[in-house]
Amino acid sequence: MGASADKNATGVGRGEGGLSGWFRKRFPWDQLMEDHVTGYYAPKNFNWFYVFGSLALLALVIQIVTGIFLTMSYKPSAAEAFNSVEYIMRDVEWGWLIRYMHSTGASLFFAVVYIHMFRALLYGSYQKPRELIWIFGMLIYLCMSAEAFFGYLLPWGQMSYWGAQVIVSLFGALPVIGEPLVEWIRGDYFISDVTLNRFFALHVIALPLVLVGLVVAHILALHEVGSNNPDGVEIKKHKGPDGRPLDGIPFHPYHTAKDVPAWVIFAMVFALIVFFAPEMGGFFLEYANFEPANPLKTPDHIAPVWYFTPFYAILRAVPDKLGGVLAMGAAMFALFLLPWLDRSPVRSIRYKGPLFKIALTVFVVSFVMLGWLGLQPATTTYTILARVFSVLYFAFFLLMPIYSKLDKTKTPPDRITYHG
Amino acid sequence: MSDGVDLGRRRFLGAATGVTSAVGVAFVAVPFLASWKPSARAQALGAPVEVDIGKLEDGAMLRVEWRGKPVWVLKRTPEMIERLAAADEMVRDPNSVEPQQPGYAANQHRSIRPEVLVVIGSCTHLGCSPMARFEPGTPDLGADWPGGFFCACHGSKFDLAGRVWRGVPAPLNLVVPPHQYINESTILVGVDTEAA
Repeated sequence: MGASADKNATGVGRGEGGLSGWFRKRFPWDQLMEDHVTGYYAPKNFNWFYVFGSLALLALVIQIVTGIFLTMSYKPSAAEAFNSVEYIMRDVEWGWLIRYMHSTGASLFFAVVYIHMFRALLYGSYQKPRELIWIFGMLIYLCMSAEAFFGYLLPWGQMSYWGAQVIVSLFGALPVIGEPLVEWIRGDYFISDVTLNRFFALHVIALPLVLVGLVVAHILALHEVGSNNPDGVEIKKHKGPDGRPLDGIPFHPYHTAKDVPAWVIFAMVFALIVFFAPEMGGFFLEYANFEPANPLKTPDHIAPVWYFTPFYAILRAVPDKLGGVLAMGAAMFALFLLPWLDRSPVRSIRYKGPLFKIALTVFVVSFVMLGWLGLQPATTTYTILARVFSVLYFAFFLLMPIYSKLDKTKTPPDRITYHG
Repeated sequence: MSDGVDLGRRRFLGAATGVTSAVGVAFVAVPFLASWKPSARAQALGAPVEVDIGKLEDGAMLRVEWRGKPVWVLKRTPEMIERLAAADEMVRDPNSVEPQQPGYAANQHRSIRPEVLVVIGSCTHLGCSPMARFEPGTPDLGADWPGGFFCACHGSKFDLAGRVWRGVPAPLNLVVPPHQYINESTILVGVDTEAA
């Protein structure tokens, strides 16, 4: 019984001989498929929110493949970078498509990951015993952010240059070590050729390796404890005589069959953007970046790409250099603590009370508003608004141990339900 | 009990190997981390630059590059210098107490000659280059705006001596680089005669 019985089960109908038999005796392919694909039982009641994990994987693959091809024509030097991007756009066959796929892919990767994270908030997917899945996921998000930031310098346009200048200077806010640290990161007294070259190395090799490793850890941790679902009930509590969860179905072919249409819809949206609006009105590719980097002149209005603007708005809201940097760091760090801040006895929003629903709504509104404010110039009114929403953003986390405990929750069902 | 295995000795050897390896890793990390510091070439390129101010008109500003940063040379009019006193109330460090300038520029006008301001045009907040907004009392900057520099990135304000406003993200006055006059109309930015 046990493992050996399982192995036999998957080997049914397949001979031990032949090339595949030879291969299987030397590599645990069947076991890998059984553990992670055909024998991984996921809840039956997944809704459309559950396609975003596999969409994120698709987005990652697109970034890696298009990225490899871009490095073949790009030149990571201050003298040549801007022109080599124009060369890719104009002279390399299909270069424009590969580059637009990479730039659109970056924005859609973030969009998909933000929805994926929101799904976790809705259904309490970060709660015990899934804390590590959430932590690995947050590390993936951090790694992606660093990856996006390093990548944004590479075209060596005005926004690339001044964006890097601002973000690298953030480290200068730290007392004592700040200035030497900034100099160490840049490798020069300003953002220069040296900085560009090392950001290129980090963007194309160091961080992608870390990112892929984290994705593997995220999936292994998920497959160890099993997927959460919109009811937030544990399907492993009710198992059939075969030891399989009664409310679970194999990931393949059942969930993959649901994921495929999602991939098709994603591909359609992706193609529409790549072909008809690759700049997305300045949201995906900012207009200031069509001008080569000029270390002597900051563009009149600089803003990060849309996926960083909520944190950027928090940075600007604080009228103190170190305070702003700390607030921005805390805004990201707070998310890591979610599994321990939520004291609710139930996972899913379906059974949580009005307090959590209000709090989550306020949080989402604050995040979106901060995102919008981060794109606007720093006028007095906008700064005050950014302060209000920053406070609300942090209140969601700081007050969570209180409201999640006080909240009037409903009793979740014993087994999963279907709400359509 | 394991046959004649001295577990204490095994633990000690294991721990000793671990600690020795950690020290080795730390030493090997040094060259890699140090390779990120500004290279000898980057250091050599920080050479001083000469600025000819002979043709600079009153109220006009020159922008030159030194160590990849913009250096502004502004020739202030007598009226502009007068307006500095009005800004005393509104700036964080009116007397240049913070070491953002060489000793010879730690005065009310933050310069060697009262009319010629030499500052690095890089905001002390996050390094954007502020805009010259010399006209006083413009609608967007307020009626009490005495003229100065405005950083559009995060809204920091500086007066005509590069002194930072109160209540803005930038914490410090703009940096006055080391500089000296090599003759009546030429400034050398990057070195000075003052002992370090």
